Amino acid sequence: MNDVLIDIKNLVVEFDGERILNGLDLQIRDKEFVTFLGPSGCGKTTTLRSIGGFIEPQEGDIFFDGKRINDLPPYKRAVNTVFQRYALFPHLNVYENVAFGLKVKKLPEREVKNRVGEMLEMVGLRGYERRGVSQLSGGQQQRVAIARALVNYPRVLLLDEPLGALDLKLRKEMQTELKRYQQQMEITFIYVTHDQEEALTMSDRVVVMKDGEIQQIGSPQDIYNEPINAFVADFIGESNIIDGIMLHDYLVEFAGAKFDCVDKDFGEMTRVDVVVRPEDIKVVPSGEGKLTGVVESVLFKGVHYEIMVDAHGYRWKIHSTLPQEVGSFIGMTVRPEDIQIMHRMEEE
Amino acid sequence: MKAKFASVPYLVWIVIFTIIPMLLIIVFAFTSPEGSFTIANISAVGRYTDVIMKSIWLAAVATAVCLLLSYPFAYILSRRPARQQQVSLMLIMLPMWMSFLLRTFAWMTLLEKTGLINRMLGVFGVGPLEMINTSGAVVLGMVYNYMPFMILPLHSVMMKIDNSIIEAAQDLGASPMRVFFRVVLPLSFPGVSSGITMVFVPAVSTFIISRMLGGGSNLMIGDLIDMQFLGNAYNPHLGSAISLVLMVIILLCMSIMNQFDDDVDMEGAIL
Amino acid sequence: MNRHKGLSRAYTAVVLAFLYLPILVLIVFSFNKNKSRGAWTGFTLDWYRKLFTNDMILTAFMNTLIVAVVSSIFATVIGTAAAIGINSMNRWMKKSLRTLTYIPIMSPEIIMGVSLMLLFVFLRTELGLPLEMGLCTLILSHITFNIPYVIFNVLPKLRQMDKYAYDAALDLGCNPWQAFYKVVIPEIMPGITAGFLMAVTYSLDDFVISYFTAGPTSQTLPLAIWGQLRRRVSPEMNALSAIVFVVVLALLVAGNFSAIRRENRDRKAVGR
Repeated sequence: MNDVLIDIKNLVVEFDGERILNGLDLQIRDKEFVTFLGPSGCGKTTTLRSIGGFIEPQEGDIFFDGKRINDLPPYKRAVNTVFQRYALFPHLNVYENVAFGLKVKKLPEREVKNRVGEMLEMVGLRGYERRGVSQLSGGQQQRVAIARALVNYPRVLLLDEPLGALDLKLRKEMQTELKRYQQQMEITFIYVTHDQEEALTMSDRVVVMKDGEIQQIGSPQDIYNEPINAFVADFIGESNIIDGIMLHDYLVEFAGAKFDCVDKDFGEMTRVDVVVRPEDIKVVPSGEGKLTGVVESVLFKGVHYEIMVDAHGYRWKIHSTLPQEVGSFIGMTVRPEDIQIMHRMEEE
Repeated sequence: MKAKFASVPYLVWIVIFTIIPMLLIIVFAFTSPEGSFTIANISAVGRYTDVIMKSIWLAAVATAVCLLLSYPFAYILSRRPARQQQVSLMLIMLPMWMSFLLRTFAWMTLLEKTGLINRMLGVFGVGPLEMINTSGAVVLGMVYNYMPFMILPLHSVMMKIDNSIIEAAQDLGASPMRVFFRVVLPLSFPGVSSGITMVFVPAVSTFIISRMLGGGSNLMIGDLIDMQFLGNAYNPHLGSAISLVLMVIILLCMSIMNQFDDDVDMEGAIL
Repeated sequence: MNRHKGLSRAYTAVVLAFLYLPILVLIVFSFNKNKSRGAWTGFTLDWYRKLFTNDMILTAFMNTLIVAVVSSIFATVIGTAAAIGINSMNRWMKKSLRTLTYIPIMSPEIIMGVSLMLLFVFLRTELGLPLEMGLCTLILSHITFNIPYVIFNVLPKLRQMDKYAYDAALDLGCNPWQAFYKVVIPEIMPGITAGFLMAVTYSLDDFVISYFTAGPTSQTLPLAIWGQLRRRVSPEMNALSAIVFVVVLALLVAGNFSAIRRENRDRKAVGR
């Protein structure tokens, strides 16, 4: 499980003099589900397309199973891609689309037929063989694209925002489906998305990227619970991010109060970012708790209420199962282990 | 990507068969038959000022008539269901499949002194009217032949004017006149300007229509050029000079039209 | 509102009548017994019969076809390649090449004709190329004005193509050449066909440019018609153009019907 399949070393990609990837280092293991997550322009798709062979990096190396593949054209790589908006061939029907790769490799007709059948079975499109792809719904087109890639038995499947064009309900359905395919085929999935929820539900590991650099690599739990900086905290889930000062180990001051915390080794009197998840703030009667504020707004969000509180100029977002009166005074507490302390980001 | 090299044969072709020939016209216009530099040809064009002015005048009138006739037609068409629009557009283009010369010839048949129209009028005791070999006949021929070139670009921009925009204007209290002048007209301007260019350019440079419908008295620039290259007056140097003047006139016309909109989508108009 | 509708219907009808009047006259008079064009003296099919024995017209017709087909094939190949090249260029190059491509379309035919004539004379007399005015020069000229029509038909298809379709073909094991003819060509085929047909049309009907580049020996149909105009146009010409017109009309109607049928079928298939 732990053997490295793809090893990316100091990858640099530039377009028209603009640096898209800035010395990326990353190892991807065999049979894992890795997600590149980040806002648009962060370099996640560029990384994926470099692995696929569609982009020639200016510097750095990509090793696949120990062999350097920088100069290997896409059609000689043991990876296949599910493209953004699918890139199905509109002049071919469903069967011909899925069979395309096998026919190019000149596999015997019988085997082509069997494998295409097996794939269409897996994605639930048996009986759609003769349909033109433009007559399919978005979800069905998506499945054809996946079948077309997986039928070649790649070692790695690259997925470039494959669910971006689907509606919410279908997207949730496909997330489960994709995970199932990955376990069934026992291959590596590299998945690109800007949707943090998608990343957290499906992945074994998440690579959070920004401005062509990796911010954090870790399991979904790590990334959510222990974000390494304010950017990751903000991008993954919702957060209150506030300026703070680390007075000394285990004691931080922010929003005009001193809090116990579980972090150390930041030095004394260091400026830091403090991150508190909205669901980690407890509402207590006014006067109790270290923080007091006025309720500004209450929004019902289905599972919880989103409450905005103004506390001496600091705006806090709280997720609570109980509503509060707008304009009322409330108190707030945070447990020490729910306070995340981070080094200040250099920019901004 | 290396795909851009696929256009190299085309680039070579353009250089040999478009750019060099144009340069040859310029070279010929400024040389004497003996091959020395001269501006005699250009100054000789001055003798034909009246022909040139008349060409411009007739082409301008024809363009204006085309515009007046085509604008309502294109607008009516653009408000019809898509299916009907397609059929009507086909009907507009279909006549172009008949030889241009024969269609113009058919007008000769109609306009002649003993032609169909005069015979019909004769039944009512009118005429015979002098129709062929007049400037009017030339303008008619131009309007007839080039009207599709006005309708198509007009229609292609008007088609894109959403009904909801017009409804929004009405909803905001605009009268039908106001809707037209403040909404439809400005939005259709790119079509108007490319239509004008597409009618004016062939009209001002024709020699077929003037020859067939205009008789001897309605010479146009095209006739002059034809005479210098394939006619009795044979003088390619003077012919090139006249061609150069024609090109300048057309470039002027196009740059005036381009003043009105910076990005004429001729692709849509042609296809 | 109803009055409005009636008015616009009437207007549309008048404009269409104007466009079709001369054509009607031509077709009617192709059945006229009398050779003169003014008077109707009785119905005959003679002109159609004579058409197929008139060597001059038949040769001209063959020449026209040869020039149209050969020049359109060349124009389609060069133009399609050019469009693919242009599509992969950066904005600036794209724009300047498109402008260059508009030159033959927007410049007056007479200028193109005259300038090509000068070129051919120049090539023959100054460079000594054995390029007599004839079918060869006709074909070269027709290729020149046909290429832009192909380019402007193919370019939009290339733009509409999924930008990753070519990559997808590579991804599935095609080398660049296979990706090109298995995916790119089939996808832009409608544009290529349309461009080819448009080129054939313009080539068949071209008079002005052919007039200056044909030379005395090889006539195309429009040139033959022009030659006759000085005397009398023989009604065989009317007959021939009536045939062409009816064939085109039939093709368009058939094309339109199959388009409607395809649309209906698609709609049903999606509905299911």
